[in-house]
Amino acid sequence: MNPIGGVGRATIALITEIGRVSLFLSEALRSLVRPPFFWALIGQQMLRIGYFSLPVVGFTAFFTGGALALQIFIGGDRVGAEALVPRIVVLGITRELGPVIASLMVAGRVAAAIAAEIGTMRVTEQIDALTTLSTNPFNYLVAPRIIAAVLTMPLLVFIADIVGVFGGYVVATLDLGFNNAAYLQNTYDFLRTNDVVSGLVKAAVFGFIIAALGCYQGFNSKGGAQGVGKATTDAVVTASILILAANFVMTSLFFR
Amino acid sequence: MAESTPPAKIELREVRKSFGPKVVLDGINLTVAPGESLVIIGGSGTGKSVMLKCILGLLRPDSGKISVDGEDVTRLTGRAREKANRHFGMLFQGGALFDSLPVWENVAFGLTHGRGMARREAKGIAIEKLAAVGLNKDVGELRPSELSGGMQKRVGLARAIAADPDIIFFDEPTTGLDPIMADVINDLIVKTVKMVGATAVSITHDMISARKIADRVAMIHKGKIIWDGAAKDIDSSGNPYVDQFVHGRADGPIQMEVRR
Repeated sequence: MNPIGGVGRATIALITEIGRVSLFLSEALRSLVRPPFFWALIGQQMLRIGYFSLPVVGFTAFFTGGALALQIFIGGDRVGAEALVPRIVVLGITRELGPVIASLMVAGRVAAAIAAEIGTMRVTEQIDALTTLSTNPFNYLVAPRIIAAVLTMPLLVFIADIVGVFGGYVVATLDLGFNNAAYLQNTYDFLRTNDVVSGLVKAAVFGFIIAALGCYQGFNSKGGAQGVGKATTDAVVTASILILAANFVMTSLFFR
Repeated sequence: MAESTPPAKIELREVRKSFGPKVVLDGINLTVAPGESLVIIGGSGTGKSVMLKCILGLLRPDSGKISVDGEDVTRLTGRAREKANRHFGMLFQGGALFDSLPVWENVAFGLTHGRGMARREAKGIAIEKLAAVGLNKDVGELRPSELSGGMQKRVGLARAIAADPDIIFFDEPTTGLDPIMADVINDLIVKTVKMVGATAVSITHDMISARKIADRVAMIHKGKIIWDGAAKDIDSSGNPYVDQFVHGRADGPIQMEVRR
């Protein structure tokens, strides 16, 4: 095989894909502001995306907070900075780990579910059926999922923040010998509104990425069961990568 | 082009569509008169479904013109497309019922979502349409996955006629059904199309079905309409392609591409 031709083909494929995603996103954004709005579907999706993600997000945040406290204590010990545990835990959780870990977990749950559902609708012609019944599939399928994800992700992350800090507190007080009241006071004094808000803004962006990519991969799935499987995998992988990339960009914008 | 006859319900002029290097529609010319039932026959992969999807606006032709009631609908999008699609009802091959909704909401979908009708009123119409295809009102509360293939087809038919369309499309209406259920569906198609007074366009490769529901038959081969005539003339078409297809012979001018 000609290596130069291979590079060319890969480049064309990449540009084609970027073009497709852009067209899809512009159509999706238009559907957010164009009636009709399906309020009941938005509510249903908020329940699915937000409420049913609570257990998985809660557990992840708790253990992450605990591990973080442990690592900072052990690492800080080398330079005599163990006292920084409460401060770094609260900063790390609210600014970075809360939004990122919660979003990655939700990406695994929700982007996959969205891609599988919409992908199955695609291959069984249900999306075509919507069009023939004078219903725009973007309004009916894409807009409710994006709106629900953008609204519920900040709420989920807010809860993840609290549970994560609590995880750090439990480990620090039970295992590392910190004083309960002093730990909480230290956390509270150090925390600024911006630390939390920046994390919630990130969460909203990640919510958009999760829903939009789940819908995109589902809409473009083809070829029966195998195609739906591939769409599901691609949705989780692309959403996760984009979440991490977007997180880096936002961190460098917010905190510099 | 000046037409002396009354305006066609649907008219396709030189419609072309390719997917990459593969030419699927190679200049389709076809007119459907108001109130007529046209059946398009042809083998798998000859472009029947693609042609239907072009008319419905699910695919956009590369060139050519499609008009409905004399109005050009080839490149409509958004609102204008939604409005044009109110002319249409479509029965999909696999039913394409929404599995997240009970049967009656499926039937009423075009009314509640496409036209903003109140649910209570739409439910009444849905039950009426279910009765028209021989299903009682209890079926309306079931989920599509609880129905047999024949019942799903009937629900699909009820959904297609729910908004009283003036054109109904049938995509392989009898595929996957046993011969008796196929005949039931054929009868229902004839009956319901008459009932709503619609123009019907069906695609099929089932000749028994074609004979039963067609006023006129057109045969598509390699992206072109190669024969077009009254249903009663199908056995005396004098066209070797049509003869081969109607009699289902492996030998003839149509060579199956077994290997690609």
